[in-house]
Amino acid sequence: MNTNRRKFLKVAGLSAFALTSGLAQVALPETANAQLAPGGYGNSPKSLHAKRWAMVIDTRLFKSADDYKPLIQACHHAHNVPDIPGNKNIQWLWVDTYDHVFPDDMNEHMSAKIKGTVFPLLCNHCTNPPCVRVCPTQATYKMADGIVAMDYHRCIGCRFCMAGCPYGARSFNFFDPRKFMAEPTNPRFPTRMIGVVEKCTFCAERLAQGLLPACVEASNGKILFGDLNDPNSSVRKALAENYSIRRKPNLGTQPGVYYLI
Amino acid sequence: MLEKLLTGPKRYYLWLLFLVCVIAACAVAYSVQLMTGLGVTGMNRDVSWGLYISQFTYFVGVAASAVMLVLPAYFHHYVKFKRMIIFGEFMAVAAVCMCALFIVVDLGQPQRMANVMLHPTPNSVMFYDMIVLIGYLCLNIIIGWVTLEAERLQVEPPKWIKPLVYLSIIWAFSIHTVTAFLYAGVPGRHYWLTAIMAARFLSSAFCSGPAILLLLLFIVRRLTGFDPGKDAIKTLATIIVYAMCINVFFYLCELFTAFYSNIPGHMEPIHFLFYGHGGEFAWVSYWMWAAVVMAFASLAILIPPQTRTGKLLPLALIMLVLASWIDKGLGLLIGGFTPNMYESITPYMPTCTEITVAIGVYAIGALVLSLLWKIALGVKRDVNNFCD
Repeated sequence: MNTNRRKFLKVAGLSAFALTSGLAQVALPETANAQLAPGGYGNSPKSLHAKRWAMVIDTRLFKSADDYKPLIQACHHAHNVPDIPGNKNIQWLWVDTYDHVFPDDMNEHMSAKIKGTVFPLLCNHCTNPPCVRVCPTQATYKMADGIVAMDYHRCIGCRFCMAGCPYGARSFNFFDPRKFMAEPTNPRFPTRMIGVVEKCTFCAERLAQGLLPACVEASNGKILFGDLNDPNSSVRKALAENYSIRRKPNLGTQPGVYYLI
Repeated sequence: MLEKLLTGPKRYYLWLLFLVCVIAACAVAYSVQLMTGLGVTGMNRDVSWGLYISQFTYFVGVAASAVMLVLPAYFHHYVKFKRMIIFGEFMAVAAVCMCALFIVVDLGQPQRMANVMLHPTPNSVMFYDMIVLIGYLCLNIIIGWVTLEAERLQVEPPKWIKPLVYLSIIWAFSIHTVTAFLYAGVPGRHYWLTAIMAARFLSSAFCSGPAILLLLLFIVRRLTGFDPGKDAIKTLATIIVYAMCINVFFYLCELFTAFYSNIPGHMEPIHFLFYGHGGEFAWVSYWMWAAVVMAFASLAILIPPQTRTGKLLPLALIMLVLASWIDKGLGLLIGGFTPNMYESITPYMPTCTEITVAIGVYAIGALVLSLLWKIALGVKRDVNNFCD
């Protein structure tokens, strides 16, 4: 994507946000600016950059589902992910059993350890993301650093991306998410509106501030995050030294999330 | 020609009034959906498309099926179809209107739908789907109206309409092909990932669409005396039976590939559709078996020439339409999303609100169809092209 369009997207996104959130009508222009200023991505001198962001999850260091709870909490709190009961829920980061996470890798006689543990799921930020291919409005798009991002203000809620994603990484706001939000919400990240799709963003907004993704930070080193194109990065070293797998690699999407088993 | 809408028997006005009341009642359900969100439907995180998109798909087929009248009439100069071509074209117009509405009611943010045009995305099949559907709608409105006007004035249609007619024939194939590509190009949805999806769509459209047309024309014949012509009905019934045979054959091809290859991903959706999960039938399984029975029963009536145009024809057509509707209007979407992306089962069943909204769209389609057909029937009556 060229810079002009990104600039346009930014402006359009912020304007739409201002309009829909009622800021433009209620607040004075200066107040609105003051509130919106931290939303700018990638301008801070502290911000982290990569050619291709990737994540390596060392699942050997997690003992049970409880070990993932702080990570999920950190993620869902940082991004104002609502807690909706039932199967119309929103999930950015969650856990499931081996046969559900890696359904192509079927083996009745897996070790008890593998069978008994859970594995985390999130958006894979694919190199060839089917969701981006099918989106009719470019509301979901791939950034230059490999992150698959969402423009909540452009999404028309057609859910083609959810049909397209082979990982079930996307959630649709079947209800108004603001009614299901735990207090206090994080004012530094926008809440979404009803009728749009959302998902993990690899914490693009935190990278812009020089912070690692919320789940990586909460994992105490059990999840690595770095540049896949840099041979000296932590992720590349971990992948070189360990056996790793990815979800549904036969579909050619080239997931950016690796699991050490 | 619009003046034809203003005169008619009492039951014509009562029918319109009935449709308007149905639409108004269903609009209430849609407004509930608008205010509370798509949470009022049975769709969920794993089955993210449901009744609306499946109805959209089915009616793209109905729209495309007009070509089964237009193609023989214009490519093969089969004049006996000429009297009822207009009804096929106007049915296509009503069907495309329904398609558009089914998409709109399925959107989470319908007020943003212009984004598809404001941010044209050539890599998205939905972008092409929008183009071909709008194009097909315009073609059928122009062709239908101009040829009907010519008939009313009892002159030959203008020469410039011919290229548009030929274009509309190719276009009809394109609308259903592109709609099939919405599904057939998605990785990881095993039930949809099949190269004959477009061919299946076309064959099921070319049997079910003309079947619906014939059934509706039988009702019109009973009500107004308009007769499409004995030979025309016979020929159309033959087209329907060929298309249905190909449709069933294609489905059996899917079964062979899935089960002979023994690849679990390809077998599981079909297994779920027909046998449910964990030894228990899913609700859709009963429908699928009903579709199987009705498909073969309709063929049993339609294949022998003696019964094809006999008294059982309407019954055979009704069974054929129901069978193809279950296959495409229920099985296609449910099979595509079940098992889900984690190879587990998330059930889906449309809710009352969802069904009510769908009925509302059906009623709008019926209203558009009634008005257009009223005009066509009025013109046909004036120029004595009403029956043999």
